[in-house]
Amino acid sequence: MLEIANDLLDQIHTHLEAAHPEEGAGFLLGRADAARRVVTAILALPNAGVDSARHNRYLLTPKDMLRAEDEAARLGLDMIGVFHSHPDCPNLPSEFDRDWAMPWFSYIITRVDVGHAVSSRSWRLSDDRAKFDEEELQIISLAS
Amino acid sequence: MPVLKLPTPLRPYADGQSAIEVQGQNIAEALNDLIRQYPSLQKHLFSDAGTLRPFVNLFLGEEDVRHMQGVETELKADDVLRIIPSIAGGING
Repeated sequence: MLEIANDLLDQIHTHLEAAHPEEGAGFLLGRADAARRVVTAILALPNAGVDSARHNRYLLTPKDMLRAEDEAARLGLDMIGVFHSHPDCPNLPSEFDRDWAMPWFSYIITRVDVGHAVSSRSWRLSDDRAKFDEEELQIISLAS
Repeated sequence: MPVLKLPTPLRPYADGQSAIEVQGQNIAEALNDLIRQYPSLQKHLFSDAGTLRPFVNLFLGEEDVRHMQGVETELKADDVLRIIPSIAGGING
């Protein structure tokens, strides 16, 4: 199970809606142990893919990865995953997602239809890299 | 001995370590030694054909080794080699 507060999920959705019709992406920071994964911060980043590919691809560069590791360390957190959007497509992992996936990370995929975030689901790559398994995304409601 | 630094998502496959001492005269030998020590990293770093997966970037200091001699780049005893992945994905098509 991956836990995330509703305000953080709202921040993710805002970033991904702004990226539509291109894919948007960023990192999930938080804490993880065998029993529990909790997102406590996000790092929304520009899609570094080339112009002609950003409608169906996202890219976070090694420099982005280092920036996220530094930010996690500064906050006393770990990098625990990645979020990205599937514009006007189901939020199911694609073969391309699987080929490029890192193990252990949680991957939140958000379906964004016509600029509006419709739903988010979370997935983890199986240890044999053969498939993604869905993990429950528990949205924690915070009092406003 | 050279040290190889791992990104967060690969550390669970190396007993949680972020830095591992490796033996080797060059990067290819160092990677082979890493896999010898932690075999479960093999499938995440290498394809079934034995080539490095496309998201695997290797940096020696600040330099991407693709701009050096690739995995044939020689290593010194005090070198620090880092695996820094590119993160990518997207819809099919």
